[in-house]
Amino acid sequence: MILNGRAWKYGDDVDTDVIIPARYLNTSDPAELAKHCMEDIDGNYASGVSAGDFIVAGKNFGCGSSREHAPIAIKASGARAVIAGSFARIFYRNAFNMGLPIIEAPQAVDGIDSGDVLAVDMENGILRNETKKREYGIATVPPFMRELVAAGGLLNYMAGRRKGK
Amino acid sequence: MGMTLTEKILARHAGKDRVEPGELILAKVDLALGNDVTSPIAIDAVRRMGVKAVFDREKIALVPDHFAPNKDIKSAEQMKKMREFAREYGIVNYFEVGRMGIEHVLLPDEGLVVPGDLVIGADSHTCTYGALCAFSTGVGSTDLAAAMISGEVWLKVPSSLRIVLTGKPGKWVEGKDVILHIIGKIGVDGALYQAMEYAGDGLSSLPMAWRFTMSNMAIEAGAKNGIFPFDGITRAYADARAKRKYEVVAADKDAGYAAEMSVDLSSLEPQVAFPHLPSNTRPLSRVGNVPIDQVVVGSCTNGRIEDLRSAAAVIRGRKVHDGVRMLIFPATQEIYLQAMREGLMETFVVAGAAFSTPTCGPCLGGHMGVLAKGERAIATTNRNFVGRMGHPESEVYLANPAIAAASAVLGRIGGPDELGL
Ligand code: SF4
Repeated sequence: MILNGRAWKYGDDVDTDVIIPARYLNTSDPAELAKHCMEDIDGNYASGVSAGDFIVAGKNFGCGSSREHAPIAIKASGARAVIAGSFARIFYRNAFNMGLPIIEAPQAVDGIDSGDVLAVDMENGILRNETKKREYGIATVPPFMRELVAAGGLLNYMAGRRKGK
Repeated sequence: MGMTLTEKILARHAGKDRVEPGELILAKVDLALGNDVTSPIAIDAVRRMGVKAVFDREKIALVPDHFAPNKDIKSAEQMKKMREFAREYGIVNYFEVGRMGIEHVLLPDEGLVVPGDLVIGADSHTCTYGALCAFSTGVGSTDLAAAMISGEVWLKVPSSLRIVLTGKPGKWVEGKDVILHIIGKIGVDGALYQAMEYAGDGLSSLPMAWRFTMSNMAIEAGAKNGIFPFDGITRAYADARAKRKYEVVAADKDAGYAAEMSVDLSSLEPQVAFPHLPSNTRPLSRVGNVPIDQVVVGSCTNGRIEDLRSAAAVIRGRKVHDGVRMLIFPATQEIYLQAMREGLMETFVVAGAAFSTPTCGPCLGGHMGVLAKGERAIATTNRNFVGRMGHPESEVYLANPAIAAASAVLGRIGGPDELGL
């Protein structure tokens, strides 16, 4: 499967407080959270993002608390995946558990600007920047994680397994 | 090639002979933990899935500590949700106010975590139990829900960073200073996705309390876990407390490490982490004049009896500075009682400090000691992020309990030697 979309580019150490500020955590309704996604770093994101776009960032994306509201907000905002130099590890888990694909691509992110059109082939590990006409290899997502994403997250995946038993 | 401590424990829990860094495994958990902030989300998920029984009633721990005793109506509702779930599902290890404590001190002290275990918790400081030669790591609420149902967790096997400790620490240097020094050196993502594994002859001068502090702050270097080898010090602690039999694990001589660093304990000074990152450290002698409004001694990092003893030894016979509020938070009821028996409580109260029931309270700016705009605190906690203890324009400095206590007397950040100690 190849994912196509536009990039929304941010810097290093984007923390969970910027992804979804603590003042909105009195709800876990995805649509409500999506309205405030990235609000403190980019007031245009929530209203401007189109389904299928990518969030692209530098190193240590999602650092800070273990709150799951962060990947929930991103997923509900319509972003197809997050591409970053590296991810804070609890965010990494939470994203897969929520069914939000995340892609580590330290070589590629520097050359991506906001608005660039990207094509990501997760199975074959290729990221193409269509705007800049450049192609990068990316780590392929292990089959188990792809299953999680395909099932729509860990709990759906487990529900499927339990039925199968 | 042989396996590291972390690889061995993970392999054993995944039912495999060996695992490699980067490999994804499904592993059995010996204990799954949730608190009053994270478990309500997991509880909702379990109920939504229509699951009527957890995988094992004895292998789940639910600890209300962040906003306990109930801070307000919202936290009371969260706590009620936990309590009702615990009752309905027969969760054995639910800890009510009056019998509770801060999760990461409570569980090992209660003997619920033993050497060789694999523990996950929906709290980032679950890595604390690495001190016991267990694998433990923080996860999200969905992981907790899944583990409560299935008893399993998916994990990516981390590579290991070997940290060799040599020499003996000098006066006023504690475990807190060792870990602050390491984080200052490698940075807040210096061990991202990795296991920090300690080794070296310096270990013999690190008591359990200090090891817990060091494992607790592994996450502050981005690490998945921070693990100590099993030795006589571990054995003495575990044998006195373990509620289950345990199997000792040791790293192989030819284990493969992603990197290695060494720390000469004898060369360390007490460390202070300046706002707003735990990696922003300076040796005490280079702190300069930093006046403070509040001192907090406690938390899962430094709320143990040894920590209270260390602070009390400095404050005994002295007074908290006029311009300073000092707050002491023993991590558990057991520690509270012990502090009472040893007269530490009296020492603190006579000095003019407040002595609290166990709670996370001020550590996360929750309650019981929140900072106003422009206020500055020195704390024995683990995070000094923007707004961590209150207003976004307040400041938190991190240090060990002896430094915190000396600062309470001085009214600015300073060490016990300035008090003639
Ligand atoms: S004491 Fe602080 S760091 Fe520890 S569990 Fe409580 S809130 Fe978290």
